[in-house]
Amino acid sequence: MLFSGVSLALEAGGALHVAGPNGIGKSSLLRILAGLARPFSGELTRQGNLSLLDERLALDEHQPLGKALGFWCRIDGCAPTAHTELLGLGDLLDVPVRYLSTGQRKRAALARMIGQQSPIWLLDEPLNGLDAEGVSLLETLTHDHCTHGGIAVIASHQPFRFDGLETMQLADFAQ
Amino acid sequence: MSAVWQILWRDLARLLPGSTRAGGRGGTLLPLLFFLAVATIYPMAVGPDAPLLARTGGGVIWVAALLAAILPLDRLVAPDLEQGFFDQWALRGISEEAVIAIRTLAHWLSFGPPLMIAAIPASALLGIDGATLRIVELGLLAGTPGLAAIGVTIAALTAGLRTGAALSGLLLIPLAIPLLIFGAGALAGDSGSAIALAGAISLVLVAIAPFAGGAAIRASREG
Repeated sequence: MLFSGVSLALEAGGALHVAGPNGIGKSSLLRILAGLARPFSGELTRQGNLSLLDERLALDEHQPLGKALGFWCRIDGCAPTAHTELLGLGDLLDVPVRYLSTGQRKRAALARMIGQQSPIWLLDEPLNGLDAEGVSLLETLTHDHCTHGGIAVIASHQPFRFDGLETMQLADFAQ
Repeated sequence: MSAVWQILWRDLARLLPGSTRAGGRGGTLLPLLFFLAVATIYPMAVGPDAPLLARTGGGVIWVAALLAAILPLDRLVAPDLEQGFFDQWALRGISEEAVIAIRTLAHWLSFGPPLMIAAIPASALLGIDGATLRIVELGLLAGTPGLAAIGVTIAALTAGLRTGAALSGLLLIPLAIPLLIFGAGALAGDSGSAIALAGAISLVLVAIAPFAGGAAIRASREG
């Protein structure tokens, strides 16, 4: 058992930063919120679709980035190049995913997640590999998402700052 | 519905023979080449005895088909599970069962029809006559969907294991025995009912595969 007694409620526009040291269970909490793992006990309700960003890209490694993102865009019904320019991926669309750097891979995963257009964002260590400009870009994007009525849960051991972001120290609930 | 076509399209692009998407290794052609290699080497191994070749040739085609179906098992499910594709599909409400059903179809299309075509030159190499070739082809048509279903189920079951590739081959062979008995057994006479039985087994396997495979993928998330 990683944690117990965790209780949280987020409404439209709400944002929560789940903080805590490595191994405390931040990713597990996010996977439970996503419905991909089951809590030992407890209840979870949500309204609206959610999208998850974790360390796995879910993009075909040997495909050019544009085509790999296009696969998800056609499923999600978004414009193929939506957000790629904004995320600084415009010049990389012809580059196979396996040649991308760590930070570029994170940006590609963000493009996939934003393209899903779901109201709830679950971000698992979204800052890993991002440079300073990328971090502030992601903070702005998340802030915009929340001011437009979205919900964001960010699990990160690194600081994440924008107005209206609450912080939960998962260590307080650790077993 | 469009998601189903997108996933089928991606699966086919990854699995069909000649596809360059399998990591650029050309791995998708290997099962076919392997099949033809077995058919080429077999006459050299047993000697130039035409009646013996014709009598055993159909069985050799079946064994070669079985082995060709095993070759792509390790890249059927495991890479997508590792890269988070199944999680992302689940978040979009696309069930594991649907994905496995689509993959079974794509896997069959990638080796079933190509093997049936390759069986024609193979039959020439083995000295099989036209009537026997017809029974072999009908048997392959009835049996290969079942082989595809077993293959995808086992690929899903072993996806989380480190030694999955070797293990899945070992697991597939015993499960394929009923298909081999009736599919290849059609060559021994009374071909109609044997092929019908092979087809029936195939249908059962194809019906079970999505549920078994989907459950296996969900179970691998818990671990």
